[in-house]
Amino acid sequence: MKQIPAPIWTLVIGVVVTLVSIWAGYNHHILPTEQASSTAPLVDNFFNVMVMIGTALFLMVEGAIVFSMIKFRQPKGDETDGLPIEGNLPLEAFWTAIPAVICIALGVYSVFVFQEMGGFAPGDHAHGHGTLMAQAPAAIVTDVGSPMITEGDIGGQKIPVYGFGASPEEEGNAPDLAVNVTGLQFAWVFTYPDSGITDGELHVPVGKDVQVNLTAQDVIHSFWIPQFRLKQDAMPGQTAELRFVPTKPGTYSIVCAELCGAYHGAMRTQVIVHTEEDFSHWLESRTATSPQSSQTVAINPAERSDADYLAAYSQGLDLDAQLVSQLAHSPH
Amino acid sequence: MVQATEAPTDAKLSLSALTDYSFPQKQWKWYDYFTFNIDHKVIGIQYLVTTFIFYLVGGMMAVAMRTELATPDSDFLNPTLYNAFITNHGTIMIFLWIVPAAIGGFGNYLVPLMIGARDMAFPKLNALAFWITVPAALLIFTSFLFGGAQAGWTSYPPLSLVTSNVAQSMWIVALILAGTSSILGSVNFIVTIINMRVPSMKWDQLPLFCWAMMATSLLALFATPVLAAAMILLLFDINFGTSFFRPDGGGNVVVYQHLFWFYSHPAVYLMILPIFGIMSEVIPVHARKPIFGYKAIAYSSLAICVVGLFVWVHHMFTSGTPPWMRIFFTVSTLIVAVPTGVKIFSWVATLWGGKIRYTSAMLFAISLLSMFVFGGISGVTLGTAPFDIHVHDTYYVVGHFHYVLFGGSVSGLYAGIYHWFPKITGRMMNEPLGRVHFLLNFIGGNLTFMPMHWLGGHGMPRRVAMYDPQFTHGNQLATIGAYILAVSVLPLIVNILWSLVKGEKASGNPWNAMTLEWTTSSPPPIENWAVLPVITRGPYAYGHVEEIPPAERPDLSDAIAMPK
Ligand code: HEM
Ligand SMILES: [Cu+2]
Ligand SMILES: [Cu+2]
Repeated sequence: MKQIPAPIWTLVIGVVVTLVSIWAGYNHHILPTEQASSTAPLVDNFFNVMVMIGTALFLMVEGAIVFSMIKFRQPKGDETDGLPIEGNLPLEAFWTAIPAVICIALGVYSVFVFQEMGGFAPGDHAHGHGTLMAQAPAAIVTDVGSPMITEGDIGGQKIPVYGFGASPEEEGNAPDLAVNVTGLQFAWVFTYPDSGITDGELHVPVGKDVQVNLTAQDVIHSFWIPQFRLKQDAMPGQTAELRFVPTKPGTYSIVCAELCGAYHGAMRTQVIVHTEEDFSHWLESRTATSPQSSQTVAINPAERSDADYLAAYSQGLDLDAQLVSQLAHSPH
Repeated sequence: MVQATEAPTDAKLSLSALTDYSFPQKQWKWYDYFTFNIDHKVIGIQYLVTTFIFYLVGGMMAVAMRTELATPDSDFLNPTLYNAFITNHGTIMIFLWIVPAAIGGFGNYLVPLMIGARDMAFPKLNALAFWITVPAALLIFTSFLFGGAQAGWTSYPPLSLVTSNVAQSMWIVALILAGTSSILGSVNFIVTIINMRVPSMKWDQLPLFCWAMMATSLLALFATPVLAAAMILLLFDINFGTSFFRPDGGGNVVVYQHLFWFYSHPAVYLMILPIFGIMSEVIPVHARKPIFGYKAIAYSSLAICVVGLFVWVHHMFTSGTPPWMRIFFTVSTLIVAVPTGVKIFSWVATLWGGKIRYTSAMLFAISLLSMFVFGGISGVTLGTAPFDIHVHDTYYVVGHFHYVLFGGSVSGLYAGIYHWFPKITGRMMNEPLGRVHFLLNFIGGNLTFMPMHWLGGHGMPRRVAMYDPQFTHGNQLATIGAYILAVSVLPLIVNILWSLVKGEKASGNPWNAMTLEWTTSSPPPIENWAVLPVITRGPYAYGHVEEIPPAERPDLSDAIAMPK
């Protein structure tokens, strides 16, 4: 049989690697299929591209390794050395330049995605736009009476806000809904400054521009909604926010992603994305039943154990009563 | 070419060593290994043996953790013990296994032998550096009497300020000791490599392992003091009422993270650069080819070391970091992938056209290559802020760093063990057992750590003892893999013990290698060489068949006389 010429092989390998990489980019199954926020498709498309590039690189390098392992194994009884090749400048320049170009391109691409996600605008509204939001951090703090934050800390001074803010289209606009979120060992507490509601679950309307203002009472927690592809640490003494548009009604997990103590793994609740109609029903029902519930939060937890403190919420929170009663008093 | 009484078999490979085996070959007695001995070889062996024992302890913690994770509920370990295990497993693996085994163990044993020195520049300091790690380990182990530190190996405040104070303080002191040891070691390596090379060795004849040790030491020297500072501040916050990191006293929790990662990101290079050095030694020998791109490999270590100092915030993309930082560190992190890629490509090119011997050392080197490539690619995805926001602090990260640490660093250490065991002990290891070890390790490693990427992407955070039922299958695969890994160390241990006693006697140069450590007997005498070797060609001159005519043979007067 005639030998197949090298250029043909190169072409065939190139085509196969490209096809497999593109296929892998859409079929890696590493991310949940559910995309429930405006951010999710941005992140996923970006990741898919990285998977494609990564697969191509992976296949070529592993291919070269496996090929060498087979082709260049020591022939039986051959004790001589291989070829004395010490290097090849053009080749080395090539494989330095190609990854460098890929990495720079990825860098630029990630800046675009980051901007679309609102990464450049956390705290954006605080400069005189949404008046409500400007007070949000202070509101959280006084509500929960965090023992880890002194009043003076927040006072009148301008504090930096971290996280993801408004997307470019929404920049400068106040969000449609603001929710203050406090992490504490081992639960999330949600308060709605507009309506005074306090809850252990997050309720949001679909299609609206929502902003959560994050802080923590005791240790660092991290607020993560996998279906939204968004995460931000909730830190005692610092203010952070996440702003997003929920795009799909449903119930999704809210997970604490930062080690926060013994029951860190159990620190989870859910976000319920309502249709607009359902959301107003929910708002009405909650305002009717607990008009002043935010007051119940305004206790000083330093004087109470975690168990006492959490007991008040244990139905609302995604924590079972047994777990709550197990919580030892931890030194705040 | 050069006369040697018991020369390595192949004349063209006998190098320019001047090996006078008639000189009295004094060796240490077994009890010398338990003393404050200042011979770099004894210290190297002390490091390797003790750190291997620590590795087994850390491994047992991992097996216990994986057993807990076989089911969604917290039913095997109590949650505080689970957290103590993740914390100390991570700490032990990093500070008591990879770093001291690679730098302290192989670094000490090999660097003087590779550069033709009789010892390190500061032998007493060297012994001190080793003996400091012993109380560090004891502190970690005894801290379990006080509940064990439970805040993760990163020990972020305020959690580390409010949990398990005594054990946390012990953990901090242990880290300060380990850091001190690493600083002492670094100074020693830098001075040794610069000053103690045999006069005939030019910089471009320095084995790549020594280049890697040079880069590692510079990095450790820059970064470790910052860790020490962070640890001391944390210790004060816990015990002496200060509030550097206590928000209720006006402290800032994010500052700790900057200090910690300013050290601990470079620390990941401390864990991989020396291993890269091992790769550059093992691959050419067993592929019988010169290393491809010597300069590129040497300089890329230095590049990694410089750029690696400016990427630490990629661990803090979801923390209290402003937008510009998230972007700046995305870009710097992507850049660091380039020199790393250069190394990988160079090793693959070294295989290309070789005559590969599938020794156990080579199998582990290839295992490193193939797993590190995967871990490196997942690392690039993690380096970009927009994606990392989703997977930070999840099992995706755990999968990634085990690919680079277990698939990478540990495979490299194994390769090093199989490669230099004959030199260190004078006995060959058993190759079939080595292959069994390799197979179990490769299968177990991939089975344990591959499913973790899926788990993390789909919503399983790290450092949890309980998880949602939909993650059960993925976790069970990982747990089975972990059991295979636990079993995989048995053939290694059996192999080491059996070979020590029964292994075939090793010649001075069983692999026909070209670096200087192979020009002396196995094991080397206390003074390393009777008469120091003279260098006439680079360390990887495979395939160059030309014979040096007698007239051009090295001038023996170059050789340094034995100190009396
Ligand atoms: C032998 C097989 C190993 C298994 C089965 C294993 C398993 C685990 C598990 C289950 C965790 C906890 C993950 C989490 O929830 O965050 C973990 C964490 C970790 N492991 Fe391993 N591991 C192994 C080997 C290693 C090695 C060789 C290293 C090397 C340096 C290492 C370094 C770490 C580190 C740094 C952490 C993070 C600890 C922390 O979160 O504070 N592991 N490992
Ligand atoms: Cu948590
Ligand atoms: Cu890092």
